[in-house]
Amino acid sequence: MIEVKDIYKTFGKNEVLKGISATLKPGKNNLIIGSSGSGKTTLLKCIVGLHEPTSGEVLYDNENFTKMDFEERVPIRKQIGMLFQNSALFDSMTVEQNIIFPLNLFTQMSVAEKHERADFCLERVNLAGKNKLFPSELSGGMKKRVGIARAISMQPKYLFVDEPNSGLDPMTSILIDDLISEITEEYQTTTVIVTHDMNSVMGIGDHVIFLHNGEKWWEGSNHEIAHTDNKELNAFVFASKFMRAAREKL
Amino acid sequence: MFHSLGKYILLLRLSFRKPEKFSVYWAEVMREMVSIGIGSLGIICIISIFIGAVATIQVAFQLISPIIPKSVVGTISRDSTILEFSPTISALVLAGRVGSSIASQIGTMRVTEQIDALEIMGVNAPGYLISPKIISGLTMIPLLVIVSVILGLSGGYIACLLSRDVPPSEYIVGLQDGFNTVTVTVCAVKSIAFGFIITSVCSYFGFYTSGGALEVGQSATKGVVYSCIWILFADLVISSLLL
Repeated sequence: MIEVKDIYKTFGKNEVLKGISATLKPGKNNLIIGSSGSGKTTLLKCIVGLHEPTSGEVLYDNENFTKMDFEERVPIRKQIGMLFQNSALFDSMTVEQNIIFPLNLFTQMSVAEKHERADFCLERVNLAGKNKLFPSELSGGMKKRVGIARAISMQPKYLFVDEPNSGLDPMTSILIDDLISEITEEYQTTTVIVTHDMNSVMGIGDHVIFLHNGEKWWEGSNHEIAHTDNKELNAFVFASKFMRAAREKL
Repeated sequence: MFHSLGKYILLLRLSFRKPEKFSVYWAEVMREMVSIGIGSLGIICIISIFIGAVATIQVAFQLISPIIPKSVVGTISRDSTILEFSPTISALVLAGRVGSSIASQIGTMRVTEQIDALEIMGVNAPGYLISPKIISGLTMIPLLVIVSVILGLSGGYIACLLSRDVPPSEYIVGLQDGFNTVTVTVCAVKSIAFGFIITSVCSYFGFYTSGGALEVGQSATKGVVYSCIWILFADLVISSLLL
């Protein structure tokens, strides 16, 4: 479980996050949604330690992550898997080398075991046999799936996903969403997904946090979204004609 | 300026933290050595031969006189090549070739979130990315300078063969005449210092890139420009201290 307590983050005079608190539970898809510039990615980066919050705390299973130094964070980081918006695969490495990279650094596995683990992860994301390809030879959807395979290679306890559907066609988006959801259930990971894709919200949003101008504006499940009277959330969720029509049918 | 210097020193300190796994870092050092050393060999060979040849022709042009022995051309060419041409010109060329590659590689990794990915995994990103490059620079650039000295002196010999202003035998006598080992020490110190400057300064500019493709290009340019300035400054300091 991850607890976010009263997080503030400012860049110069620009206050991006204004006192956000939330509890992110294991085995659930915790979605952070909001319009562009609402502070979603900044919040995610504060949670994983890529940004240091101006004030507030992030607790991983009651351990105060924000107060730890680099060395103290390493054991928690080993339990974190993250899929980046642009996949962030290492260009100079093959798909397999990308997946076994954290295993090389942090485990005592034999070469055969590492290859076996890479094969398993690739099979899990339906990319069996693509071991020797380089990231430049993959499509956007395949890169995302390799990113997921790399993220799960260390069997993470916490899975972070930044904009998993950006730049993907609707079919591939659903495939990626389903994959993340299956992994969350299978490994009981605390999954945190930053997105503004409403298909993802309605499809896999067990726990949804809506940010507006750096503040937490609403929190609930995807089932509750359709019935909320929160003006800003309604404006965001039902911005498209399709979503408005869908709401009328509910 | 002091802010940047502080950031640079802190980055260097982070770069030399204890590695997570020595074998993985060692593999990176080997890869960088091949990239910096073997990858730069061609350009170093070409410029060294030409610089050695041109230096000899120009010295001969200025010193040919009935009262000056022709072997002096070889002596002056040797000392200039060992003290200045090989270490400094090679370093300036390597700043362009190796430095820009380091800054753009690390800068691209920064803007495509690959460095963030390393940090999320718990990897000390400066250590993994920068220390192998600095170690490779410290070892391979002096080796390249040794090659450059040998080829520079060979270039002078070829110039003597072709121009006939100075007989090659006189040139060889000049090379051996009054050899002072301090010149080799200065050359070694300079090449080590330049190797460190090129790799660390360009890594610094690459590591703190923010933005996109345009900023990666700007970081590479800044890395090369600042490396060149620091190389010239270090050249002056080392020469004045050791000679």
